[in-house]
Amino acid sequence: MPERQQVNRSKKRVDARAKVTGKAKFGADLKFHNMLYGKVVRSSYPHARIKEINTDKAAAYPGVEVVMTAEDIPNNLFGVIIENQRVLAEKRVLYIGDGVAMLAANSRESAREAAKLIELEYEELPGVYGVEEARRPEAPVVMPGEENNQVIHHPLRKGDVEQGMAQADVVLERKYTTQFVEHAYLEPEAVTVVPEERNTLVTVYGSVQNPNATRDALATVLDCDLSRVRIIQDNMGGSFGGKDENISSMACRAALMALNTGRPVQLVNTREESIIESYKRHPYTMKYRMGARENGELVAMEIEAAADSGAYACQTPFVTWRSVVQATGPYEVPHVKTDTYGFYTNSPYTGAMRGYGSPPVIFAQESMMDELARELGMTPEEIRRKNMFSNNSRTASNQKLDNHEVSLAEVMDKALEAIDYQEKYRRYSQPQPGDIKRGIGFAISYRGVSLGAEAIDAAGAIVSVQKDGSIIVYSGLAENGQGLKTIFSQIAAEELGVSLDRITHMETDTSISPESGSTVASRSTLMGGSAVKNAAENIKTVIKEFVAEEYDYRGEILYRDDALFTIEGSKIVDFPELAASAFHSGVFLSSYGWYKAPGISWDEETGQGRPYFTYVYGCQAAEVEVDTGTGEVRVLNMAAAHDVGKAINPANVRGQIYGGTVMALGHALMEDLGFFQGYISHTNFDEYLIPTVKDAPDNIDAIIVENPDPAGPYGAKSIGEPAMELGGAAINNALAQATGRRLRDLPLNLERVLLGRNLSREG
Amino acid sequence: MSKVKVAFTLNDQEVSLLVQPEERLLDTIRDRLNLTGTKEGCGVGECGACTVMLDGQAVNSCLVLTAQVYGREVRTVEGLGGEEELDKLQQAFIDHQAVQCGFCTPGMLMSARALLDDTGSPTREEIKTALDGNLCRCTGYKQIVEAVEAAAEAEEVD
Repeated sequence: MPERQQVNRSKKRVDARAKVTGKAKFGADLKFHNMLYGKVVRSSYPHARIKEINTDKAAAYPGVEVVMTAEDIPNNLFGVIIENQRVLAEKRVLYIGDGVAMLAANSRESAREAAKLIELEYEELPGVYGVEEARRPEAPVVMPGEENNQVIHHPLRKGDVEQGMAQADVVLERKYTTQFVEHAYLEPEAVTVVPEERNTLVTVYGSVQNPNATRDALATVLDCDLSRVRIIQDNMGGSFGGKDENISSMACRAALMALNTGRPVQLVNTREESIIESYKRHPYTMKYRMGARENGELVAMEIEAAADSGAYACQTPFVTWRSVVQATGPYEVPHVKTDTYGFYTNSPYTGAMRGYGSPPVIFAQESMMDELARELGMTPEEIRRKNMFSNNSRTASNQKLDNHEVSLAEVMDKALEAIDYQEKYRRYSQPQPGDIKRGIGFAISYRGVSLGAEAIDAAGAIVSVQKDGSIIVYSGLAENGQGLKTIFSQIAAEELGVSLDRITHMETDTSISPESGSTVASRSTLMGGSAVKNAAENIKTVIKEFVAEEYDYRGEILYRDDALFTIEGSKIVDFPELAASAFHSGVFLSSYGWYKAPGISWDEETGQGRPYFTYVYGCQAAEVEVDTGTGEVRVLNMAAAHDVGKAINPANVRGQIYGGTVMALGHALMEDLGFFQGYISHTNFDEYLIPTVKDAPDNIDAIIVENPDPAGPYGAKSIGEPAMELGGAAINNALAQATGRRLRDLPLNLERVLLGRNLSREG
Repeated sequence: MSKVKVAFTLNDQEVSLLVQPEERLLDTIRDRLNLTGTKEGCGVGECGACTVMLDGQAVNSCLVLTAQVYGREVRTVEGLGGEEELDKLQQAFIDHQAVQCGFCTPGMLMSARALLDDTGSPTREEIKTALDGNLCRCTGYKQIVEAVEAAAEAEEVD
């Protein structure tokens, strides 16, 4: 095979120059003629009845053009999975971030001042906080119209768990919990809606993670055809799953005010507004029972994982579905009983965040594997090697892993070698004098690629060759900052043999780009990349016919160095000349590309089937230093080995690994919204702490493992979320070795490490 | 409240305008002078996305009042590098894949520029100290630190 010129290479990002010069426009950087500035008034209580809203004074404030409440919104409901999120609260507020009223004014200052004049009278109601309270039969019902607080239940049954436990020599039962986590994208949410621009009813610009989901919400709320709503994405200042439903909500609000006034309306959140209103990562309460034989062989697992869905269903049904698939980890277990649930509460609603339903269950399950090893007198490495998947293993869903390389041993060997695990494990197992102690730990995972049985899985793209040989690419999946435009441009350039600077990758535009589902589930490279490749291949089919006619060559064409070559290596024509010649002969060199994922299956009653068409494997190891006098934990080194199938851009893959491990470190050690009874006390970065450059490990060894997968373009699979799901368990296992004490609740903050419990009110 | 006349140097150009006494430098730069490379991430001086150079020092422009910069020199990301040639830091950020979403990038660059202007060949620890006030949620910081190291080396050669 000829050497690839554009893929499998660390090409520079196509959007980097605009971003380092400050020219790249983000949502809040846009200005439109005659634009109004919107402001939203949110609830004062986590749960209350709205007795009265008086907007008279606000409406009379100079510069105010419109004030609206739920009464002014005939179609107030939207939602991707279950339609129960409100544009503005009706009668009752369900959480502290619920919007109650909104207005738009000629200046930001007028909007801000006028918002203070909206008079609200509430009757505070008792709230429901935490899943244990929410699932009590007598608990008040959070969601109007529901009979109880359960959002969803996913069962999985394999074998007979009680029979399995009876065979076990050791049975461990433990409870683990994780916390709410804020996405903390550096760019607060921003949208601008322009009414009646060109031929649409509304055009939305801004930091929209999933343009088609936002379009769906707008068409529902505005009661119009999808074709009348146009979403054009701007540069995204980070998302991590977090700019979906909340952006849909903002876009609906701005659209309603824009249509009311006939003027563009911009809504930009402050950081406090963002943290109070936006959805979070689900906190989980997990009960694990694991049974193993004396030799370490797992025989049974019984798992109950309950996720706090907060005030809305949002993505809870799918988040908890990923949990049910991954809850037993990458191990062969003959008898499994897993139940995952989501429950409504009066806390902020929870939705997609990098990793989705896996980081909480991996934290519990991989921590517990170490507990089990200790109980059995084995090392963490021995117990994993004894039980982990290899080729042709069967998962808890009874899926046979026979269509790709199951590379757990490889990723584990490489990560452990890179961090010098065995030597350090031996050394840190010896008594360590003094307050400062070190430990090393690791975790492994398997992860289903793309959506799996959550939804239809297909994606599209447009590749369009211009008559000068330059190329325009449109994709239905969206750049969220992760590097999608670069990857897709590399694929188009590789297929057509042109240099990267010939490609212009446009922003996603719902009136042009094919609807491709959401940019989620680490699916873009595999799904969208395949669609781009498919579009380019269609164009090459047309080129082949044209070359036969025009250049009298009928053999295989090689595309490289901005030209077409015969199989023997003689140049047929330069690419720009070919493009011009085709154009002037009336030959069309543009194509849609479409890729539909391989088939999957799932039985809702038993959790058996083929939930994903392929999987990725990863291992992360962490070396920590703990000051047992203060409880401070410092992560010294991490090694992360991930099988990505094939790296389209190795530098980008490493960037995902570095970013994912540091995000996991924040989740593990420090991130805490300071919740108490539905109130959030940490509403900005002075209190909600995320890792700084000094919190990041001194060294992160990012190891790319490549076992090309038949399903992906050039064999590529995914990395975005796999890089984030392992760090919590790895750090916790290292901490347990250092201190000799096992912690089971995140975050592993100073008090928990020092005292074994949290000192804050909710602790 | 009556407006204040402020004159200062912005990216080597003299500017003069009337501002409210409480107007933040960040808003003056973004809204009145239309330089939107400087970003607002938190408004309380914690995230560093709004970092600019004020008389060569990296400052959070959300915490500086425009009236305070009378007669001083302000530099934003738009004033890094020339028309044709990028600043060495900008080039290093591109070369080292130190950019992901790009929202923190302008602030990171300004903090790094202030450091390199002050300290010719900083240690890794000095780089980390200079960037400690700039949050990034995408990169894990590693490629950013490597880019600053590379730019420092490139400048030493010159």
